[in-house]
Amino acid sequence: MKKLVGLGLTYVIIQALIMTNLISYYLQDTLVTICINIILAVSLNLITGFTGQFSLGHAGFMSIGAYVCAFITMRNPTILGFLIGVFAGALAAALMGFLVGLPTLRLRGDYLAIATLGMSEIIRIIFLNLEITNGAAGLNGIPQFVNWTWLFIFVTATILGISNFIKSSHGRACISIREDEIAAEAMGINTIKYKVVAFVIGSFCAGIAGALYASYFYYIKPDLFGFLKSVDILVIVVLGGLGSISGSILAAILLALISTYLQSFPEIRMILYAAALIAIMIFRPQGLMGSRELSLELFGKLGDSLKSKKGRV
Amino acid sequence: MTILDVNKVTKSFGGLTAVAKASLKLEKGELVGLIGPNGAGKTTLFNLLTGIYTPDSGTISLYKDGEEIALQGLRPNKICSAGLARTFQNIRLFKDLTVLENVLIAMHKNIKYGFVPSFLHLPSYRKQEEKLVEDSIELLKIFNLDDKKDELAKNLPYGEQRHLEIARALATNPKVLLLDEPAAGMNPAETAELRRIIKEIRQKFDLTILLIEHDMSLVMSICERIYVLDYGMVIASGTPEEIRSNKRVIEAYLGEEVNNA
Repeated sequence: MKKLVGLGLTYVIIQALIMTNLISYYLQDTLVTICINIILAVSLNLITGFTGQFSLGHAGFMSIGAYVCAFITMRNPTILGFLIGVFAGALAAALMGFLVGLPTLRLRGDYLAIATLGMSEIIRIIFLNLEITNGAAGLNGIPQFVNWTWLFIFVTATILGISNFIKSSHGRACISIREDEIAAEAMGINTIKYKVVAFVIGSFCAGIAGALYASYFYYIKPDLFGFLKSVDILVIVVLGGLGSISGSILAAILLALISTYLQSFPEIRMILYAAALIAIMIFRPQGLMGSRELSLELFGKLGDSLKSKKGRV
Repeated sequence: MTILDVNKVTKSFGGLTAVAKASLKLEKGELVGLIGPNGAGKTTLFNLLTGIYTPDSGTISLYKDGEEIALQGLRPNKICSAGLARTFQNIRLFKDLTVLENVLIAMHKNIKYGFVPSFLHLPSYRKQEEKLVEDSIELLKIFNLDDKKDELAKNLPYGEQRHLEIARALATNPKVLLLDEPAAGMNPAETAELRRIIKEIRQKFDLTILLIEHDMSLVMSICERIYVLDYGMVIASGTPEEIRSNKRVIEAYLGEEVNNA
């Protein structure tokens, strides 16, 4: 119940800020980036932070979602077309995740990272060379349907879906793979199945993120979904804390804000950005949240301890 | 009635034959010891039985409800579901998870709900999770771990970590339990507690147990039969008395002091 109130308030406050123009067009771009990055980071966290599979191919899945959604909405520019586009994009990305995951998830650690990196490069190069994707120039004029309401719905659905999944027996099976793969297998966990499941769910969400990206920024090209994009997402996950969903959310917000406010110093922007990353990693090597979660109960406890202090006075 | 039949199992690593045509049989309800000097191939045999290694030759059969299940070549999780569970010599708990979560994970196969209820936390999810937690706490009570259910596994004292490993193996609802040096590193009081636990779970869960152990007082006092392994071969088998007086076993492993003990 508390959760619902919190969510409702977040939605209403930000909607009000947008309508009163306190969040300018420019800041709205940042807001959209934050939301898309949250979806990407939370879903990659399921693969890397919870299941322990080091993937460098998230941008590849994102691009599939983006292109599929772009095709569909450009041919059917209605709200229904947009929704079909998002789900078709997500399903296409999930299917790709399944096809790629089945053979590559037998690899571990660095080998898996290289394989997923190769996979996302292959996807990028296919988009670069196909005629219907318009090659390096990319697709332009994708109808824009995404607004704060849609973003809010998809971000909330992703976060709640994945955090619920983590708390289920299927989620625990994924976590046991990260903890000790041999022990997990010996305890009857089908490790191959659950690695693929985590990969498919992760790529499904990445597909959603890509579709939202295409629909909001109405222009996509293969270069946007290169290796660096995958690294960007991984940075958010590691910075927030491997295995912490609230960490990923915090880091996505923090990094987007840092990046936005550094726009005023274009020459040294990337240097400051990198320095901020290094500083956070030195002082919080386990990430902002470690593997813990920020919860309303935590605030509740904080409130209780404050109250009891007051009571004593 | 035979429950586990290991027939001439062999495993080589390059030029080294770790297990050579080892055969052993477990009758239902037995508690059998597996002893031998370091490097004799005891743990390798366990790894073959549980599917971590695949045997080069030989067969492993589990008899369950009158049916024969061939275990060689199956994946470890299939072998576990067939009813063979184990503990590890070097403790392999999920150490950053809580005591309760360790047991819950091992109970995963009891879960019937699919992926959709797990995303939405539908009623079927709630009902089954509650039941699972109840069962887990029930199991932890046997090991006096129920009041520590929310502690991280890595923060437990050593002896209790060993106990938790046994609890976790039991959570998979096995017919045959393989214990790999459960008393290693335990003091006499902890070993006595372990002895009580092994007796209790054996009755309560109708188990057949195969035990690797170097603590001879434990092995000799609780095992009904003992197999002795040396250089990957079974060199002797029989009751504790027979093993104690077997010349080859004394030569290879026990030494003279057991006779004096």
